[in-house]
Amino acid sequence: MSAALPTTRQGAATRAILYAILLVFAVIYLLPLYVMLTTSFKTLDEIHQGNMLALPVEWTFAPWREAWGSACIGLECNGVHGYFFNSIKIVIPAVLISGLLGAFNGYVLTKWKFRGHKIVFGLILFSCFIPFQIILLPMARMLGVLHLANSTWGLVLVHIIYGIGFTTLFFRNFYASFPDELVRAAQLDGAGFFVIFFRILLPASVPIIVVTIIWQFTNVWNDFLFGVSFASGDSAPITVALNNLVNSSTGVKAYNVNMAAAMVAAVPTLIVYILAGKYFLRGLMSGSVKG
Amino acid sequence: MSNASPDRDGGARERLQRWLPKLVLSPSCVLILFFVYGFIAWTSYISFSDSGMMPDYTWVGLHQWSRLWTSWTWGIALHNIWVFGLLYIVSCIVLGLVLAILLDQRIRAEGVLRTIYLYPMALSFIVTGTAWQWFLNPGLGLEKTMHDLGWQSFSFNWLIDSNMAIYTVVIAAVWQATGFVMAMFLAGLRGIDGEMIKAAQIDGAPAWKIYARIIIPQLRPVFMSAIVVLAHLAIKSFDLIVAMTGGGPGNATAVPATFMYSYAFSRNEMGIAAASAVFMLAVIAALIIPYLYSELREPRS
Repeated sequence: MSAALPTTRQGAATRAILYAILLVFAVIYLLPLYVMLTTSFKTLDEIHQGNMLALPVEWTFAPWREAWGSACIGLECNGVHGYFFNSIKIVIPAVLISGLLGAFNGYVLTKWKFRGHKIVFGLILFSCFIPFQIILLPMARMLGVLHLANSTWGLVLVHIIYGIGFTTLFFRNFYASFPDELVRAAQLDGAGFFVIFFRILLPASVPIIVVTIIWQFTNVWNDFLFGVSFASGDSAPITVALNNLVNSSTGVKAYNVNMAAAMVAAVPTLIVYILAGKYFLRGLMSGSVKG
Repeated sequence: MSNASPDRDGGARERLQRWLPKLVLSPSCVLILFFVYGFIAWTSYISFSDSGMMPDYTWVGLHQWSRLWTSWTWGIALHNIWVFGLLYIVSCIVLGLVLAILLDQRIRAEGVLRTIYLYPMALSFIVTGTAWQWFLNPGLGLEKTMHDLGWQSFSFNWLIDSNMAIYTVVIAAVWQATGFVMAMFLAGLRGIDGEMIKAAQIDGAPAWKIYARIIIPQLRPVFMSAIVVLAHLAIKSFDLIVAMTGGGPGNATAVPATFMYSYAFSRNEMGIAAASAVFMLAVIAALIIPYLYSELREPRS
């Protein structure tokens, strides 16, 4: 039910003002993205002479080519493409494994309850909310011991561990409303633990799988703290490379190249958001309120 | 083999079935126990130890904690997180609520507008920081644009002004999170029972009064959730500050998260870094545990 007030007695003028306000906000929200995009297609001369809000007079793809293939990050001048692939190498296994663990956890915590299941869930859930500063020091040492420091596999491990909390929360809330009768009936038919999971629950789990994948993908892709703490040099993810490019370049700042690199870092999550915004929002909401 | 004591066979299978759920849950539990709670314990111990560049398990009591609390930078960091957190939470809630109420008036393009308001939430803080750093760049960004448009006296150099830099971070952070808060309020508005509103309308109550007296009070749980989520995001904020100001100019935009990082990885002061991390955890725990408890409690009815 919408709580909207009826529009019958509202004058046309009020409606016009309403739309005007909403449009102004839309422009404000789009402006930074617009400026980022247009700047990335301008030459440096145009940036220094022209207006930030104007469209490029002369469109150039050179900043994108430079950002992707030849911009200098640290001592190497190969652009961000290697770091982009690092992020892909990190995000795929991290999302799949933490998602699978979360699905199993949610299944056990709702359909195979045992004494203390609530405490276990509470302990897992709390791990979503800790400030990660508390684990930075021991994790840095642990990755050293495991010979995973400065490698993408180290970051995969870190993202799996600290992703379990949210994936478990998503699947637990989803399976909590899955009818117990179906599970019990299957049990009476002799179906075991895994058969019930793979034949009965999993086929019905598509929506929550989509929510989980999108949430984890966005979180892992956008991570900066773990990347900057545990992976330097060649194994850094795209966010770390972008920050190094933007904030430590010496000499003339190539704003157009910076903006192109920022767009490269932003495009994957933006595409996911545009294609599946509904699921993205659902993930955000279940991270904040009871599912 | 096939006809050898079906009883025992069934017994073993049943035992396995009984243990299987816990077996499947255990890898996650072990990981969380070790890498979350074990690490919390380790960091807490380090905050009472003599650790500098390397861990040193000599117990020194509150030595690191007193060094933390007498640190000038830590004072700035605490002050900043207060200013940032308060402005961030209040602005996001006010703007989010206003946008949600405006969008809830049977707007034709609601879906498109909602998508536009929410998209910044999909971006990395580093991308947001990069974009806003450029947008607010005193020489080339907004200031120059205004000059070009004929407003010669317009001045906006907050990004490099140590008294104002923290507010630029607030602007970018609010821009990023308002859409999310709006979505929470919109969901809350859609869940309100229409009966009381209809009754008030029949009584001839004006719209603002219906919002102030009936609708907004019913959104209390949403306010609670929004405050907790935003406070939690604020305390953890690190990426945006690194990308936009790098904690500068000087230490002007230092916050606990950047303080902890620099003491841990650049200044090699593990003890102080650990103490600051424990402090952050304590604040968040005080906020989150009661919230989780009330959220997860079984509904009484």
